[in-house]
Amino acid sequence: MQRQMMKGNEAIAEAAVQAGCRYFFGYPITPQNEIPEYMSLRLPQVDGAFLQAESEVSAINMVYGAAGAGARVMTSSSSPGISLKQEGISYIVGAELPCVIVNIVRGGPGLGSIQPSQSDYYQATRGGGHGDYRMCVYAPATVQEAVELTQKAFDVADKYRNPVMLLGDGVIGQMMEPVSMPEYKMPVLPQKDWAATGWNPNSGRARAVINSLYIDSAELEQHNIKLQKKYDAIAENELLYKTEQLDDADIVIVAYGTTARIALTALRRAREQGVKVGLIRPITLWPFPSEVIAKASSSAKQMLVVEMSMGQMVDDVKLAVQGNCPVQFYGRTGGMIPGVNEIYEQIMHLKEGL
Amino acid sequence: MAVVFDRPKALCDVPLHYCPGCTHGIIHRLVAEAIDELGVQDKTIGVAPVGCAVFAYNYFNCDMYEAAHGRAPAVATGCKRTQKDKVVFTYQGDGDLASIGAAEIVHAATRGELITTIFVNNAIYGMTGGQMAPTTLIGQKSTTSPLGRDVERNGNPIRVSEMLATLDGPALIQRVSVHDVKHIMEAKKAIKKAFEYQIAGKGFTLIEVLSTCPTNWGLSAVESLKWLEENMIPKYPLGVMKEVQ
Ligand SMILES: Cc1ncc(C[n+]2csc(CCOP(=O)(O)OP(=O)(O)O)c2C)c(N)n1
Ligand code: SF4
Repeated sequence: MQRQMMKGNEAIAEAAVQAGCRYFFGYPITPQNEIPEYMSLRLPQVDGAFLQAESEVSAINMVYGAAGAGARVMTSSSSPGISLKQEGISYIVGAELPCVIVNIVRGGPGLGSIQPSQSDYYQATRGGGHGDYRMCVYAPATVQEAVELTQKAFDVADKYRNPVMLLGDGVIGQMMEPVSMPEYKMPVLPQKDWAATGWNPNSGRARAVINSLYIDSAELEQHNIKLQKKYDAIAENELLYKTEQLDDADIVIVAYGTTARIALTALRRAREQGVKVGLIRPITLWPFPSEVIAKASSSAKQMLVVEMSMGQMVDDVKLAVQGNCPVQFYGRTGGMIPGVNEIYEQIMHLKEGL
Repeated sequence: MAVVFDRPKALCDVPLHYCPGCTHGIIHRLVAEAIDELGVQDKTIGVAPVGCAVFAYNYFNCDMYEAAHGRAPAVATGCKRTQKDKVVFTYQGDGDLASIGAAEIVHAATRGELITTIFVNNAIYGMTGGQMAPTTLIGQKSTTSPLGRDVERNGNPIRVSEMLATLDGPALIQRVSVHDVKHIMEAKKAIKKAFEYQIAGKGFTLIEVLSTCPTNWGLSAVESLKWLEENMIPKYPLGVMKEVQ
């Protein structure tokens, strides 16, 4: 495993190729362009295909087509483009197709800005498209973690026949960091005997129909119940989070992605001043580490949620805390990144009230 | 006794849900016959649209997708790019293809995507109950142009085949009709040729088939065939719009 400097977006793209992703469909949008650019050169080298689609809408439907044929396939975009993909994502879930969707989040609403943001949390974790659905959402905090989670995302997608989202902010996408590309080993995964690959009537398998339409209400209800069992299994098996110095913490910060890194530096500075601060960093945003947050809130005096948004994940933290202790929120948005000092000041301010 | 008329192998043995007199059923049969005659049933993958043909995945006896409204050419692209040896077709109505899916069909065509599109133009939105389609004729009544389509209010209808024929990617663009036996035979030939061109790797192929919607046109089955011939063909002339040799 050789360590090399890589830009987040390119590292994500190479990690996908290493994990057997051979097809990519996307449309240019800042700050994720390095992913399609990298794939356009790289995929033909490994007998795969890259296609610049006419829109994000087309790109996600090409993903539907490739995933339905059993291929490992990925698309990436940034916030406005991810909004356009939502109908397609809902169909992909309905038809139970595995794929990986990368959102390198930028500031919104509307055209917003091209700077880093975390304001697509609701969209990612609530099923931004229509219908009852869930998907696993990974939020890396380093380029190395982005690489590892990208590879995991393909396995989890295949395991559950469900899309997986990698939610990085613009910092993760644009920053260069040392990375060691892990040697990818594919776990034992279910056969894709459901894929549309051409059907021989004598083959013994049923005709493949890649479909999300269940016109009979009772059938659709059964389909949703079946999907829900899958989400329950994902929630049970795929939760990831990290904690720092929780044991004696009076103040517990909850933050993810880039924000969690900045918060960690602020935490260390506050610890030097004798302030008992801990940190919970959700790595999966769905499933969400509600239990560990609930547990921490039963001994903590204050929870502090920091996000690059006007406050979205804070809702999930409050749901987990259930009034055990006060939950404070600090956010910067529109592409503004909270500085270490700002978070440190928030901690010290809370400390005074203890 | 010799069998002179039988169900094509590429068509499932199930009743179709189409309204009496609707020509969607004839078009299904022509596509299935072409697949049978070319012996490619086990290599063929179809993509159903959103529209009256949404259940086409229950009818074509091959692997199938059901796509989001208008996106069948993108789905077919994704499918074909991962398996170049397969025969991939989309079956789409005029609302699906010429309105919400206009971008997808134009770009699949100009890329020269190796797929075949069966474009069923019935000048109306059938499934949702007879609203105006991009192909609805001037003066034609629909539930959203109750006084008849008016250029000032509703704009002009679109001739998809002529438009796509200007692109470099297509290998065959042809408009056919199924209002009588002679034309049905011609339509069959065109559909088969489109599949042949796809298999030969010549380029994108699209056969536009003028079709009836007795239910939403408010006409009997026989009147519909006549209405198609007298009103649609003058606006949507039959023939080969583009063919590469
Ligand atoms: C995104 C989206 N918008 C609208 C619809 C509703 N819808 C279903 S079928 C249809 C029109 C289909 O008309 P056409 O393509 O002409 O096919 P036909 O039914 O006439 O065969 C519409 C608008 C939908 N399913 N999805
Ligand atoms: S509504 Fe029209 S197009 Fe649809 S099945 Fe009935 S007749 Fe055919």
